[in-house]
Parts: sequence; C-alpha cells; structure tokens
Amino acid sequence: MNLTLKVWRQKNASTKGAFVTYKADGISADMSFLEMLDVVNEGLIHKGEDPIHFDHDCREGICGMCSLYINGQPHGPKRAITTCQLHMRTFHDGQTITIEPWRAGPFPVIKDLAVDRSAFDRIQRAGGYISVNTGGVPDANEIAISKVLADEAFNSATCIGCGACVAACKNASAMLFVSAKISQFALLPQGQPERYNRAMAMVEQMDKEGFGSCTNTGACEAECPKEISLTNIGRMNRDYFTAKFLKEEEEHKS
Amino acid sequence: MSDFKQTFNSSLGKKLIMALTGLFLCTFLIVHVGGNLLLFSNDNGYGFNVYANFLTHFPPIEVIAYLLYACILVHALYALILTIGNRKARPIPYASAPKSPTLWSSKNMGLLGSILFLFIVIHMGDFWYHYHNDETMGFKEYRTNLATGMTVATDYRPETADFEHSVTTQGDVEIVRVKDLHARVVSSFSNLWYVILYVIAMGALSFHLLHGFQSAFQTAGWSHKKYKPFVQFVGTWLFAVIIPLAFALMPIVYYFKSL
Repeated sequence: MNLTLKVWRQKNASTKGAFVTYKADGISADMSFLEMLDVVNEGLIHKGEDPIHFDHDCREGICGMCSLYINGQPHGPKRAITTCQLHMRTFHDGQTITIEPWRAGPFPVIKDLAVDRSAFDRIQRAGGYISVNTGGVPDANEIAISKVLADEAFNSATCIGCGACVAACKNASAMLFVSAKISQFALLPQGQPERYNRAMAMVEQMDKEGFGSCTNTGACEAECPKEISLTNIGRMNRDYFTAKFLKEEEEHKS
Repeated sequence: MSDFKQTFNSSLGKKLIMALTGLFLCTFLIVHVGGNLLLFSNDNGYGFNVYANFLTHFPPIEVIAYLLYACILVHALYALILTIGNRKARPIPYASAPKSPTLWSSKNMGLLGSILFLFIVIHMGDFWYHYHNDETMGFKEYRTNLATGMTVATDYRPETADFEHSVTTQGDVEIVRVKDLHARVVSSFSNLWYVILYVIAMGALSFHLLHGFQSAFQTAGWSHKKYKPFVQFVGTWLFAVIIPLAFALMPIVYYFKSL
C-alpha cells in the first residue's frame, strides 16, 4: 500500500504547529496504524529528520496511551478499538490520511501528536478512589453484590482514560470519562462512603481543568474504544444533583 | 446560598438550567398549540378572540407569562454562556471534519435555537406587541342567541379609548365584545413570506425538540432504562412531529383561505 499522510507537526506547547505531508510507501495491509507510523519514522531517521512523536505503550488496546485523531475520528474509523488495534487494511491504496492530536484546551500538545493528559490524573486524584483499610486480605465474597451491578460497575471500570471521548466531543467535554470513573464506585457497596463527595469533587476538578459541557450528542459513546455508554453521564448527573440539592452531611457542625 | 451559586455555575448546573427552562417551554407549547387549535374552528374568530382575551386578563396566566418570557431569555443566555465555554475548551479546531456518528440536530442546537429566538421576536412583535400596544386594533362583537346557539359577528367600535372587553346579555342574546386578534392572524397569514418564515421556524422547532426534550431528561439525571423509550417516544412524536406540524398548519391553512 502507498499512502499520503498529512501529519500535525509541532515542536512543543509554546510553538505553533502545522501540517506536513509525508509519503508512506510499501505499507503492509496487516500492519497496525502505529507500525505504519514506525515505518515512516524509520525513513525519517535514516534521512536525518526528526521522527513523528506519538504516544503508545502496550499496543494491545488496554493501556489507553495511543491517541491520534485520524480522518475526523479518534482512533480512526471502526468502533471500539484503539489506534494500535487499527489495521492498515481499513484504508485503501493511495488514500490520504490526516492525523491530528487530540484537540482540547486541557490537553496541551507536548510534541507533534502527543498531548498531555494529566488533567485526567488530577480529576482522578480529586475523588476517583475508595478508602480501604490496610491489613489482611478481605474475604472475596464477604459483601454480597448482585451480578448485574457487578457487571455494570465492571463495564464502567473498563475505561482506560485514553481521552477519545474528549477528542470526539464537539465541546471537548470529559463527561464520559468522569462519569465512568464515578459510576464504577457508585454502583458498588465499597464506593458508598465517598459516593456523593466523590461526584462533587470530580465534577469540580473537571470544570477547573476547562473541559466543555455535555450536549448529549453521543459522539463520545460512539468513539469510546471500551464502549462506555451515556448512561454513565446520566448517573453522574443524578449523583451530582443529589449531592448538591438533597444531601445534608454537615448538620451538626454549624 | 453560595453553595447554590456554585452548583449552578458548574458545567452540570448550567446544563440543568438549560434542561429545566427548556422543559418548561415544552409544557408551554402544549398549552399554546391546544389553545391555537381554536383557529381551525370556523367561527369568525370567536373562540380564538375569547381565548386571547382570557390569556391576557386572567392574573395567574399573566404571572406565568412573565415566567415564560424569563425562561426564554435565561435559556438563550445560558446557551450563549455554555457555547462560549465550549468553544474555549477547544481553542484549536480539527482540520478534518468530524465523522463521529451523531444526530444532526444534536450538533446544531445553537443554530436551531437562534432561528427560534429570531422567530419568537418576530412572532411576539406581530401578535403580542400589537395586542398589548396597538390602539388601532379593531374589536369584534359576537351576539350569540343562547336558545339557538347561533353566533353573529360584527365589527365593534368602542365608545371609550380604554375599552378592553365586555360580556352582557340581552334576553336570550349574549353579547361578547373583544379585541379582534383573529383579524391580525388573517392579515399576517395572507402574506406568503410570513407563512414561509413560520414553516421554517416550525421545522427548526421540530429538530430542536427532537434532541432537546429527551436530552433534558438525561441532563437532569432522570434517565432510566425503563422510562427512556417513553421519553424518546413523547419527544419524537409529540414534540418533534405533532406540535410543530399543528403550528405549521395554522399559517398554511390561513394562507390558502386568503387566496
């Protein structure tokens, strides 16, 4: 396969970037998208040029590191995959592929196609945890949890924090990510003690980072490599408003 | 109070304001379309004029009317605030057009809303403003023989300048004198451009509510697998089909009547 790539090149966060066109010749249809970029980069290194900087790690669709906005879609065409799971057979010979970094104010470009997603880490730190006592390992089935709820919580917990939801959203909203992280605990007994404080703290941090609001277009849900559903956003909204309007936790303090 | 302020200043709180004002406007539409169906009764505007008179002279309705105007302004203002915030969240736009599968209406709520806001300004200027401020607006006198149920309509010229309406009876005949808003409807809807404007606006309303009604429930957190299909059904058939269609038929029917 011979392809034309339009790649966003940007030295660092403080310089302006621009598209540079590269030829990707002799690409095997069985290569993953990242392997294709590896081949292009090898050529660039041989020519003494700066290789294209992009994020990647496990290359098996579970780490959430690879990003890339490919021809108008995060992680390229095809549903429920990351960029490392995208194969070149998805494209046709002679096609022009435009590759951009995630575009969002809270995700500044580090270099070329790699963006800084530490905004997600800060949201997680604000409340994406449960408090567990140290000591002996608790008995596995000490607390009875219905299978349905356990599965639902697990589905929410499959979020790998890649940021495709933010990249796909017309408002660069992080609600699918935040709602998944809130839901995975809100659904389980272990998550109850901090449930409402968690919703408030994580939403507050999300707003502080500068992500947009939700218009319920469903682009995030469609592009999520782990198929996290919009139901999570509804649950987050419910928990947040319940926390804000109905909970009175500090009755005895004042 | 500062906690409430913080809540409504959050991204979720601002959307909640959009959802609640939007749903209130939706309930208003049901009343508005229901009342305006009187335009389709062939009675020289008797029912419609009496209805218009009732709306403007019954204090609780007047209070709700001002609440309604406030809701329209708040809904539009928060849409603007949210849009500015959303634009800020993506300072550098994508070069390639987004291809994620989404409903067209959900991505164009701002455009649809702007068309509707412009329409509301024109619509209220034409009917609401004239009804309240136009001294030259005519009056109609409806004489109904209560024994036979026959109504005869004639133009009425008030004896004093501040005359509003009157209901009197002479024997079996009930005499109702009200402002003739119906005549304004007839003259406005005889203008083709006006009819086109109304039909376009109702198209915008349809798409706005197709997304807006069900979206409001999701935003408020009232989302449940069991009720979602019902909300979707009402949002699609009642708010995106029946109501806009009924509204759009009013100018169309009156235009063809005027030919």
